[in-house]
Amino acid sequence: MTDVTLAELCIYAASEAFRGNGEIVATGVGPVPRLGAGLAKLTHTPELMMTDGECYLVEQPVPLGPRNYDDRKKAGYLPFSRFFDSAVWTGRRHAMVTPTQIDRFGQINLSQLGGTHKQPKTQMLGVRGFPGNTIYHPNSFFFPSHTTRVFVEGEVDMVSGVGYNPAKRIAGGNYSGVALKKIITNLCVMDFGGTDNAVRVVSLHPGVTFQDVQAATGFPLEKGDLVETPLPDADALAIIAQLDPHNIRASVIKDNPPAQRVS
Amino acid sequence: MLDKRMTAADIVGQLSDGMTIGIGGWGPRRKPMALVRELLRSNLKDLTIVAYGGADVGMLCAAGKVKKVVFAFVSLDAIPLEPWFRKAREAGQLEVLEVDEGMFQWGLKAAAFGLPFLPTRVGLGTDLAALGGLKTVTSPYADGETLIAMPALKLDAALIHVNRSDWRGNVQVFGPDVYYDEWFAKAAAKTYVSCEELVDRMEDHYPDDAQFNLFERCFVTGVVELSGGAHPSSMPPHYGWDMKAFKAYSDAAKDPGDWSAVADRFVGASEADYLNSIGGKEAVAALPLPIF
Repeated sequence: MTDVTLAELCIYAASEAFRGNGEIVATGVGPVPRLGAGLAKLTHTPELMMTDGECYLVEQPVPLGPRNYDDRKKAGYLPFSRFFDSAVWTGRRHAMVTPTQIDRFGQINLSQLGGTHKQPKTQMLGVRGFPGNTIYHPNSFFFPSHTTRVFVEGEVDMVSGVGYNPAKRIAGGNYSGVALKKIITNLCVMDFGGTDNAVRVVSLHPGVTFQDVQAATGFPLEKGDLVETPLPDADALAIIAQLDPHNIRASVIKDNPPAQRVS
Repeated sequence: MLDKRMTAADIVGQLSDGMTIGIGGWGPRRKPMALVRELLRSNLKDLTIVAYGGADVGMLCAAGKVKKVVFAFVSLDAIPLEPWFRKAREAGQLEVLEVDEGMFQWGLKAAAFGLPFLPTRVGLGTDLAALGGLKTVTSPYADGETLIAMPALKLDAALIHVNRSDWRGNVQVFGPDVYYDEWFAKAAAKTYVSCEELVDRMEDHYPDDAQFNLFERCFVTGVVELSGGAHPSSMPPHYGWDMKAFKAYSDAAKDPGDWSAVADRFVGASEADYLNSIGGKEAVAALPLPIF
């Protein structure tokens, strides 16, 4: 198993985030989350729903990268034109995404960095669907590079997604749908199971210490059981390879390191 | 007047400075780019643009036509950050109302139904309400829930690119996803439609496809045939997006970085000139559909 890559370990961890989620739309944005959702559907959680990345629901997860336009096998239909009605605003979805910043409250930012809203230093995508996703359905996150630039001190520059920050919550609002699940990075797996939903490290990737993670994070972390993140087994690796025939996963984490960190 | 045929120049001639204009499509998909190019050839200014933004928003900002943008994102998908929009934002030259993608369509629906707002949970717990000056309302029922009042996004005009229309404005819209084009059409005082194919009477040509009539002709003010008119965005099933063209457009934001120096390449003196410069309608029709 020494040739398992860190990206493959992260995909395996991502699939665990979708375990037992039931009949909801699993959306993985980016290669690792998408492969994680596909792996979950093809192994422990076949009831998951997912799209081909465009608008059709598929029961066979669509492989990454170049293929024929009609290769997807359409089983259902979930276009953007009814995405909010069907998936988001009914809470029937779990998305795993990669924001630009995240803070101790699980608030995320995809909109802008620095400056003011009138004149940002760096304009990014815009909030996209993050405000709706985070108030209505479960969300998890994947970060290929765990640094203090991503896990910021203080709060994110522009709060694009709801977190567990009481000061940001307008009184009388219904926040019962807010459900931040897992954070998977190149160093560890975390959740929001700490005191008052604080971020907590639950497993460390092979060869990584809690101190390594804390040093790369701009706010204090809590400790969970701190087990070692499990490696994917041979069956999981075979499915990952089948869903990613062009090995796009090798380009996700810098230098595509092995799962076992060499110090 | 039941014959709604116009030229692109007629359509742009009906718009005026300071108007709020909605543009259909989504990012690099189904954008009425030929109408946007015609707008870029005009002297219109101080526009408020309401769009699920792509190069339409980027070009209009680059050309200095825009006072305000209402957006949830501006992106070219494979080129995630729209470079010309980014330049305009970072120069501080735009007013903005930034909203969530779902709030955006909710605002179009409020406008379509003539309501001042529609209530939603979306936006609570984020910076959107404070930055956008969005107000809250309280449910008058026993739950007493506090909700954000998403204001109606009333449009003076909407521009939409469809697959087929007849001269009365009976449209047919294909492709796997029609995004929120229906709601742009209904949110607007006047909707102008460009199409890949114009026929005289839809019932004589494609009666079997009548269920693809995405919005009824009472929502259509003007129609023009502009095949290839979504280029460089995608228009399934006719053609995919032109990522090479988007790349060139994107690169030009860095070098030379000056719109007036490159506008001719991306807009052209006329639509015919533009199409010639990219190899004609045949080249557009040959663009493969995108794979996700």
